[in-house]
Amino acid sequence: MHRFANPARFLKIARVATPITALLGLALLAAGLGLGLFSSPPDYLQGESVRIMYVHVPTAWFGMGGYLFVALASAAFLVWRHPLADVAARAAAPVGATFTAVCLMTGALWGRPTWGTYWVWDARLTSMLVLLFLYLGYIALANAYDDRERGGRAAAILALVGVVNLPIIKFSVEWWNTLHQPASIRMSGSSIHPEMLQPLLLAALGFQLIFAATVLMRMRTALAGQVIAARAARLAGAHG
Amino acid sequence: MKPKQQRLALVGVALAVIAGASTLAVSALGETATYFYSPSDVLAKGVAPGEAIRLGGLVEPGSVAREGATILFRVTDNAQQTAVRYTGIIPDLFREGQGVIAEGKFGADGTFVADSVLAKHDENYMPPEVAGALHKTKTAAEAGE
Repeated sequence: MHRFANPARFLKIARVATPITALLGLALLAAGLGLGLFSSPPDYLQGESVRIMYVHVPTAWFGMGGYLFVALASAAFLVWRHPLADVAARAAAPVGATFTAVCLMTGALWGRPTWGTYWVWDARLTSMLVLLFLYLGYIALANAYDDRERGGRAAAILALVGVVNLPIIKFSVEWWNTLHQPASIRMSGSSIHPEMLQPLLLAALGFQLIFAATVLMRMRTALAGQVIAARAARLAGAHG
Repeated sequence: MKPKQQRLALVGVALAVIAGASTLAVSALGETATYFYSPSDVLAKGVAPGEAIRLGGLVEPGSVAREGATILFRVTDNAQQTAVRYTGIIPDLFREGQGVIAEGKFGADGTFVADSVLAKHDENYMPPEVAGALHKTKTAAEAGE
């Protein structure tokens, strides 16, 4: 594990991995959304508004998956104190927050024609909103200290505490009566027709790779920024 | 123990404590976090007339009647039924056999008077042809009985 935690080695791998994930992700996303938005059938009840699902469901999955990544990287940073873990968590948080926000907005747009309301305070919708606030809290806390290390550590603790929200989001539709429907895709199978499921899974894979590519890009940018800052500090020291 | 192992143990213990605390919190929340009550819940709890609640269940097939802009129907959880009266715009998805959530209070006559009605969507997604075929099979099976 520490082999990959070396920034120089990471940058070497990331330089190759970034364009591959980005291009593959864009291609899969184009295929999934193209099929989902244009050639897949409408739903027998929802009609055309079912197409919102092809964005809503993947962004929900990776809004949550992104938080898990932030939490795991935060745990690694707290235990092993490795700076690259902090860079990874900070890089992923805004991307996950964006996914979560898109999920909430597309959900509201779907809810109006389907349920008859943009928003209700049921357990699923509320816990997903809490996820967005956890992301925003993490980002704010990570940047709240002049000492980057301290900010990273405080934010990492917040990220770990917030992990309890993930099972609450997942099981909210089973533990409580909610307006939101239960999961369609389970271990035992899917209650989404194959003609709709295939574009959904393609789009989901595309969204996942775009997520990964964006995080890689942000990590490379952050590391490059650190190199520049260190060089500027050295230069200032030489002149001073 | 090396400091690294100490921190690992600390993170592990902290996570266990947080998990335990949130399990307690979630179980204590219980009903409070529920968005609606089923007709059986209402019967078990004994909701007083005039108390604002949300009532949820399926629209009982054959129970829907319209009087102008007012719609009368029964909500069922396949055990108990509650009669509902609502005046206003009903969501497009409202139909017999579908999930529905009515917000309002019980009147003196035991009818639930709703201020708003939301349609619930279930986890099934399929094209109209498939739904039609399913419906036909079901109707044929029922006719064959």
